[in-house]
Amino acid sequence: MSLVRFLNVAKEYPRGGVALSHASFQLHKGEFAFLTGPSGSGKSTILKLIYMEERPTAGDVLVSGVSARDASRREVSMVRRHLGIVFQDFRLLEDRTAEQNVAFALEVTGIPTDMIRPRVARVLTQVGLASKGTAYPRELSGGEQQRVAIARSLVNDPYVLIADEPTGNLDDRATRGVFQLLRDINTAGTAVIMATHDLDLIRRTEYRSIELNHGRLVYDSAETPPPPKEPSAVAPSHHDENPI
Amino acid sequence: MMALREAFSAFRRAPLLSALGVVTIAFSLFAFGLFGLVAINIRDALQSIENRVEIRAFIADGTPVEASSAAMGDIHAFPEVLSVTYVSQDDALIRARKELGEFSDVFEPGVLPASLDIKLKPGYRDPTTVLAVANRVKSYDFVDDVRYGEDWVAKLYRLRTIATLVGTGLGLAFAAVAVIIIGATIRIMVMARAREISIMRLVGATNGFIRLPFVLEGFIQGVMGGLLALGLTWATSSAISHSFMRTAFFDPTLATLGVIGGALIGLLGSTFAVGRQLRRL
Repeated sequence: MSLVRFLNVAKEYPRGGVALSHASFQLHKGEFAFLTGPSGSGKSTILKLIYMEERPTAGDVLVSGVSARDASRREVSMVRRHLGIVFQDFRLLEDRTAEQNVAFALEVTGIPTDMIRPRVARVLTQVGLASKGTAYPRELSGGEQQRVAIARSLVNDPYVLIADEPTGNLDDRATRGVFQLLRDINTAGTAVIMATHDLDLIRRTEYRSIELNHGRLVYDSAETPPPPKEPSAVAPSHHDENPI
Repeated sequence: MMALREAFSAFRRAPLLSALGVVTIAFSLFAFGLFGLVAINIRDALQSIENRVEIRAFIADGTPVEASSAAMGDIHAFPEVLSVTYVSQDDALIRARKELGEFSDVFEPGVLPASLDIKLKPGYRDPTTVLAVANRVKSYDFVDDVRYGEDWVAKLYRLRTIATLVGTGLGLAFAAVAVIIIGATIRIMVMARAREISIMRLVGATNGFIRLPFVLEGFIQGVMGGLLALGLTWATSSAISHSFMRTAFFDPTLATLGVIGGALIGLLGSTFAVGRQLRRL
């Protein structure tokens, strides 16, 4: 069952030129997919199209059956309640505690107040921050802040978790921790689509990898199996343009 | 409920920014209030002068009391007339002596004529109506002459018209400046929370949901600013009353309207500002 469908999608910005062209792919239930490619290749554009921050110039993006071309503002809000979104810069509210940041995502859905506390506690435990619920973002490390952001994205039980370079601001140890967390979330059944520059992460797993270059989808491991891996091998040819 | 909680918690989270909003609304309305104070005091002064508009019909010597009494009844029945008072020759003398103090011995008994003093109802004291009533009164045979201070009635009305026009113009200008300043302040406050708004949208908040706490916050700030402005205006009015001259203050209805005005400016200002921000994001 495909949760996200890109149907020959193009995205053009009035002053920024073509960000994406002829992009077609699907993301299935329970799948984990990496989006890779150099800066400006269109990774973030794809993610923005999924959470409907942007609308396609041509083609269509269907998220759980809702068309990005036609969705009303209200429909976009409803779609986002079933998506978890995580950013490189965490996007936490600095004047609220970890618990309040997570609860915020539930409050906007109008869920009864007495149901919020247990759900917040559950996801904070899930991301390993049960003891830091009352801490403010400035009192947490980068890795911990990203875990709070992930907890916030999980609290509405999303069917897709969208992560835009979630480890970009983290050291190796925090990166491993956050990535493991995303894997656990995926194992529990949530589809994950993650934009990253970190080729090591991609090489270490068997997950699907979609590569972009100049706004074009140039490689999708779901359609073309990757060449056999060698421990010390250089990146395969389709990754040559990646700066990492 | 959450919107109300969010609105109040904004004061706790960003006290300086919230205080800035309240103080801006308060001072803008205070400036407007001071202008209003000047306007109502000018209006009251003109009103007290206007209350003195009176038609005096001098009665010819030898007029029988029955004739003037009958005329009094007629004149009192005019729709424009508030009261008619008969002033005998003796009463006229007493009044003149009282009014002219040191020249009181100038008047001899029987020099001053008796008169009918006619006061007009409010709304009928304009030069045209005064002239019309005066002409009607003049038509009585026993009326020698009619005086109503035609020059100063005309001047008073000109002054009142000018005061009304200037007052309305300045009032609108003050109100417009207040709205612009308050609107700009609210916009700054909303822009300072652009990040919060964008996060609310990302987690699926509808525009209505995002807007509500800001609108409530603007409303609360407007009420607080309005009350503060009212307090400042009252303090200024009291200080002037104690130090210089007695001044009139807004009646409860006007004072309430001022606070409601502040609340509306806060509410509308934040509605527009957050709407604009939502369109940008």
